[in-house]
Amino acid sequence: MAAGETITSSEYISHHLTNLVLGRFADGHWGLAHSAEEAKEFGFWAIHLDTMFWSLLLALFFSYLFWKAAKNATAGVPGKLQNFVEIMVEFVDNSVKGSFSGRNPLVAPLALTIFVWVFLMNLMDLVPVDLIPRIAGWLGVHHMRVVPSTDPNVTFALALGVFVLIIYYSIKIKGVGGFVRELTGTPFETKSPLLKPFFFVVNLLLEGVNLLAKPVSLSLRLFGNMYAGEMIFILISLMYGAGWALGLFGGALQFVWAVFHVLVVTLQAFIFMTLTIVYLDMAHNEHH
Amino acid sequence: MEHALLVIAAALMMGLGAVGAAIGIGVLGGRFLEGAARQPELIPMLRTQFFIVMGLTDAVPMIAVGLGMYVLFALAG
Repeated sequence: MAAGETITSSEYISHHLTNLVLGRFADGHWGLAHSAEEAKEFGFWAIHLDTMFWSLLLALFFSYLFWKAAKNATAGVPGKLQNFVEIMVEFVDNSVKGSFSGRNPLVAPLALTIFVWVFLMNLMDLVPVDLIPRIAGWLGVHHMRVVPSTDPNVTFALALGVFVLIIYYSIKIKGVGGFVRELTGTPFETKSPLLKPFFFVVNLLLEGVNLLAKPVSLSLRLFGNMYAGEMIFILISLMYGAGWALGLFGGALQFVWAVFHVLVVTLQAFIFMTLTIVYLDMAHNEHH
Repeated sequence: MEHALLVIAAALMMGLGAVGAAIGIGVLGGRFLEGAARQPELIPMLRTQFFIVMGLTDAVPMIAVGLGMYVLFALAG
């Protein structure tokens, strides 16, 4: 955003919705896209640098914080950090115990990582809309979106990771034959060889949709919630350009929406974690 | 013409999603209150389950809202 230049409201909105995209231009050299059209030309190999940076930074922050708490853990009276980490771990432990009936040492740490990481990524939505992009602008970076979970790449990456785990554990616990039998033999079962091929197709259709709906709904639910929330923050912040009275009113609206959004942020992280645990539990069980 | 159609499409997506979510969560909330009135000691557990099911009910309408906002602002300018 160049200083001293007035922009229209739709330009302001599209500026806040553009990622910092690194990709390969048509003539072969790599560089940053300067507009949305250029970014679209990059095709599959476009990398959203701002999303990568913020998601990795938050992951490192979470890992460092929890590692430090574990390293300095005492059996006596705990300090504040240890207390907080213990609350989180106990919360996730209770959630896993309530929903997961198998034996798998991966599930609880996975649930903790998903919950805290998605929560931290969503929390970036509460940072004022213009703050970090303005600072980045001074440093020469002209587009920056700070909420990784508004980027469908991130939400799909998380959901695809969970999907791979679902299939892996389904095949590991039930065997390839058992997995295929579950996909093609339920919910309509028959012993008659005449009906078998017909039910095979119907079952495969139903179970296939059921299976594919899991990662798609997981990722798009998080994306939709966060994108809509960020959108409303951007729209309210348009008011700041309309004079003192509307600006103050906009400030109050931002506060109200932020308070509501705290609930959405936590809830979406919790739902992502709970559904991951439930899907993994379904992958471990023998049959419906 | 295309701009107008995009705006109407976004409005339909968000509006129908809102209707579905409102009815679904309204029924869910009513059942929650009923269950809480029958057994107040179960309220914390019921509240957790309420939020989980609310998140699921809200999922597809929220997907529609997210995509509607994308259509409205990124496609229709």
